[in-house]
Amino acid sequence: MEQFLNLTLNGITSGAVYSALGLSLVIIYRATRVVNFAQPAFALISAYLAYSINQATGGYWLGFAVALLAGAVMGVLTERLLVRPVRHNELGAIIVTLGLLIVLQAVAGMVWSNEPHSFPYAFDFRGDFSPNSMFVVAAVAVTALAVLLLFRATPLGLRMRAAAFHPDAARMSGVRVGLMLTLGWGLASAVGSLAGMLAVPPFIFPNVLDGVFVYALTAAVIGGLDNPLGTIIGGFLLGVGLSYVSGYLGPELVTLAALAILVIVLAVRPNGLFGKALARSV
Amino acid sequence: MLEIEDLTTTYGPVRAVDGVNLTVAPGAITAVLGANGAGKTTLLRTVSGLVRPRSGRIRMQGKDITRSPAELTVRGGLALVPEGGGVITELTVAENLRLGALWRGDRADRAHALREVCELFPPLEQRLSRPASTLSGGERQMLAIGRALMSRPRLLLLDEPSLGLAPMITARIMQVLRDLRASTGLTVLLVEQNARSALSIADDGVVLSLGQVVMTAPAEALLTDEALRHAYLGF
Repeated sequence: MEQFLNLTLNGITSGAVYSALGLSLVIIYRATRVVNFAQPAFALISAYLAYSINQATGGYWLGFAVALLAGAVMGVLTERLLVRPVRHNELGAIIVTLGLLIVLQAVAGMVWSNEPHSFPYAFDFRGDFSPNSMFVVAAVAVTALAVLLLFRATPLGLRMRAAAFHPDAARMSGVRVGLMLTLGWGLASAVGSLAGMLAVPPFIFPNVLDGVFVYALTAAVIGGLDNPLGTIIGGFLLGVGLSYVSGYLGPELVTLAALAILVIVLAVRPNGLFGKALARSV
Repeated sequence: MLEIEDLTTTYGPVRAVDGVNLTVAPGAITAVLGANGAGKTTLLRTVSGLVRPRSGRIRMQGKDITRSPAELTVRGGLALVPEGGGVITELTVAENLRLGALWRGDRADRAHALREVCELFPPLEQRLSRPASTLSGGERQMLAIGRALMSRPRLLLLDEPSLGLAPMITARIMQVLRDLRASTGLTVLLVEQNARSALSIADDGVVLSLGQVVMTAPAEALLTDEALRHAYLGF
């Protein structure tokens, strides 16, 4: 029983990270129909910047703030400079983000070396459901709630959704669609960088987020790829589920289990567990 | 209200709108008629700023809006109800309506506009919190027009508002347009394939063919003169 409880709590903590990174994918996918494969690279570079600031100042929170800001800036620049020129070609945009992933991971290795460096936790990480775990879950919960409220309950969120669903109708209602897309990329990438800061410890190296990204993508697919709330729930479900797999069946099966879930969801419920009709009006 | 001078819009080698001249007087209802592919939709999309013209000039209330993008022309008092309505089905009815007035800062003013639209189209009021995807075709067209009216336009462009609607609903929408013109002085540019219902409320009719204006006449004349009807409208 105690093991069950521990596995559940661990699962919620890692699930929070999958939720946040998944949410960052979904915000962009919903607005531009592009899966941003460069998202883990943005998070990685952000975390490396935080690492360098930590090294220089000895503090944690300045680096944390810079990481989120750097994520937003990378998202904005990528949308404006790389994705917008190929916006009429969804496949082209996806290839651009894939290329960016490879480039940024290589650059991270060149600047900070491919050796793992130790990376601090925000709070004490020892014990069952440690202060750090609480911080991870709380940070993601607050962020997710803020993002959902932004979309559901504010004029800016209404503009962003309108721009995503029906750009022409949004423009005719005075919405600056291009600006909304840029803001969406900035917001999404800041959320992605938050996920990175929470996921990276205890060590940082260029491929540290690869596994987390696969789980985040799975969470997003469980949610239906364009459903923020579904993705958040999907992330927590996946985290807990994988924690049970790891605890009861063996940690070596976790990646396999995640991929199995991904395949099963795509085969049985391609619109996600919470998805409605996939068909979008033309 | 609206002056279009020698307007040409091209899609690659195709001149969808080819040297169109058209003047719409304030408070007038003008019907633009013509077959499929005559350039009616392109004309409206160009005037509203969704498409850039290749050449020519568009002035609204004396102001040049030729190269003004759609998100700015709406601030100048122009609203477009696109073909099929352009209702955002992922949003609720209320969200669709609110969107139409978002660019206007004044909250009280927006609430007032919402009440007016609800009075104009009572079926919408009962469905405010429902997803727009649950509306019938007629309700969607009401929502589309309602959203356009939320911005309190002085010039309303409508692209085939009767498309796919029952005759009774079409008649009701035409009646609403006529009432609006009478009560607010709204100027209307109405694109229609359904020439009879458009001409029933229009002051003037303009016939487009292959992107060019082939005929401009008072609506009355187009409706009653059999030779004109046969030649240009096919009924």
